[in-house]
Amino acid sequence: MKTLNMARYRRRKLVDRIMRSMTVVATLLALIPLFLILGYIVIQGASAISWHFLSTDYKVPELSLDGSASDVGGIRYAIIGTLLIAGTATLIALPIGLLAGIYLSEYGKGRFASFVRFATDVLSGSPSIIAGVVVYIVLVKTTKEKYAFYGSVALALLMIPIIVRTTEEILKLVPQTVREAAVALGVPQWKAILTVVLPAATGGILTGIMLAFARAAGETAPLIVTVFVSNSVEYNVFGSMGSLPMYIYRTLDELTSPEQYKVLWGAAFVLTALVLVVNILVRVATRRRV
Amino acid sequence: MAMTEASVSAQPEAAKTGSQLEIKNLNAYYGPKLAVRDVTMTIHPNEITALIGPSGCGKSTLLRCLNRMHEAILGARAEGTVLLDGEDIYAQDIDATLVRRRVGMVFQLPTPLRTRSVYENIAIGLRLGGIKNKRTLDEIVERSLRQAALWDEVKDKLQQSGLALSGGQQQRLCIARAIAIEPDVLLMDEPCSALDPVATFRIEELMIELKKQFTIVIVTHNMQQAARVSDRTGVFMVERHDEKSVGELVEYAPTGQIFTTPQDHRTEEYITGRVG
Ligand SMILES: Nc1ncnc2c1ncn2[C@@H]1O[C@H](COP(=O)(O)OP(=O)(O)OP(=O)(O)O)[C@@H](O)[C@H]1O
Ligand SMILES: [Mg+2]
Repeated sequence: MKTLNMARYRRRKLVDRIMRSMTVVATLLALIPLFLILGYIVIQGASAISWHFLSTDYKVPELSLDGSASDVGGIRYAIIGTLLIAGTATLIALPIGLLAGIYLSEYGKGRFASFVRFATDVLSGSPSIIAGVVVYIVLVKTTKEKYAFYGSVALALLMIPIIVRTTEEILKLVPQTVREAAVALGVPQWKAILTVVLPAATGGILTGIMLAFARAAGETAPLIVTVFVSNSVEYNVFGSMGSLPMYIYRTLDELTSPEQYKVLWGAAFVLTALVLVVNILVRVATRRRV
Repeated sequence: MAMTEASVSAQPEAAKTGSQLEIKNLNAYYGPKLAVRDVTMTIHPNEITALIGPSGCGKSTLLRCLNRMHEAILGARAEGTVLLDGEDIYAQDIDATLVRRRVGMVFQLPTPLRTRSVYENIAIGLRLGGIKNKRTLDEIVERSLRQAALWDEVKDKLQQSGLALSGGQQQRLCIARAIAIEPDVLLMDEPCSALDPVATFRIEELMIELKKQFTIVIVTHNMQQAARVSDRTGVFMVERHDEKSVGELVEYAPTGQIFTTPQDHRTEEYITGRVG
């Protein structure tokens, strides 16, 4: 009996070890490209960053006679454009996503709620070009214009499902006792949600909004079909506008020397840093409140 | 805080008395399931009424029917009549939120609002009730904390998180929050079950003090507690009815009588420890 048990024990241990090393290897395989990309962006991108790069606008690259790299300008207009387009998208997506998330968590129990959940899941998994095409058909075709605002609408379509689901999940984590405590004070349910439940979940909800913002800021496909690119700083969302993803996408064709490719990494670096900075700002702002 | 001892004590304590609750033929359901059947009892003003009985017999359910918290659970509903000083709280035109402002509630686990300070935990109910004046708020917060015998312990921590208090203090904070909106009746569902004997003793003392102003209904598993603090005791049991288990009130009498000469054999078995 005893020896049999020992053998079985050893085998179990061996299987356990093999399985564990397999998960470690798989994790490494998944992470290595990620680190390579991030590292490359940082190394290549950081060296492209200069005040000139951040504070000037696009310039058509010229072929210089001696073969050396010519000035391709900067990305100021693209940074401002991305902030404006993604910011406007957030303004559109936030109220809708927040309210729908509150509905699902606080009121949504029936078949309609299940349908909404299903729909948001499908939406959040669909390719971003779909959002672009929808906006193209509904807005661009009918008005025969390509505004930055239309890009914002397309990005908002991508943000809404993310905000809805994170809001719902986070609100569900707020203990039922907190709701009851408020309702037992004679507070109407909607007031209890706004004044007690929502504040208890601010951190998590803001994280969800951040995730959505990050996703939107980096999207290229929806912008290609909905926004005319401008090469200078624009503040009117009902007009053409540049953006970082579009800068990367368009400049790719026009560059001639490897030196110039650096600006692409620079733009990628700025885009990554932008998302990171906003993320950190939100985290700092919310930590103080708890 | 710009409050002085004088400014508070100069205000005459509102001569407020508790209300009477007449419960008539009350049935409580969870979906199709009948949980509490046909309860009829009268809760007398300015008394402490204890509800005891084995687990699952419907004490909490009945308690939550008394301020219409029961229906806040999805699918739950109640049938019957509950008269608060003669007014049916289940009448068509009565708003549940108004009932809850007159019949306050303290829960089993202390529920201070996490993101709020001690002060805000009490002020929030007042603000939502329409009191905006800072001085009035300050006064009511201090008065409620004094009534809950908590003022001396927290007067220097009013701006700290409600979570920075001990369990017993948190529960007294919840009592202060409940009495701040000046209800007529205070419902307490096992308010001491998460507390140690010393903290429990303080809450019991507090209840006896508070019954001068409020009518108190308390659910407890602790029979000594019921015997110590309550004036009347209702005993609930799970009974078979139409092939299903349903909670019923089997005996309701002055506490002394329940513990010395119970009329119902189930009460006697329960308090001598043979049931439940
Ligand atoms: N949310 C709910 N949904 C469905 N049934 C419930 C719910 N809450 C309680 N019940 C049922 O109603 C009956 C009475 O429950 P209740 O919580 O009132 O008992 P209790 O006397 O307070 O018990 P305890 O002493 O354990 O707190 C039980 O059979 C319970 O299973
Ligand atoms: Mg209970």
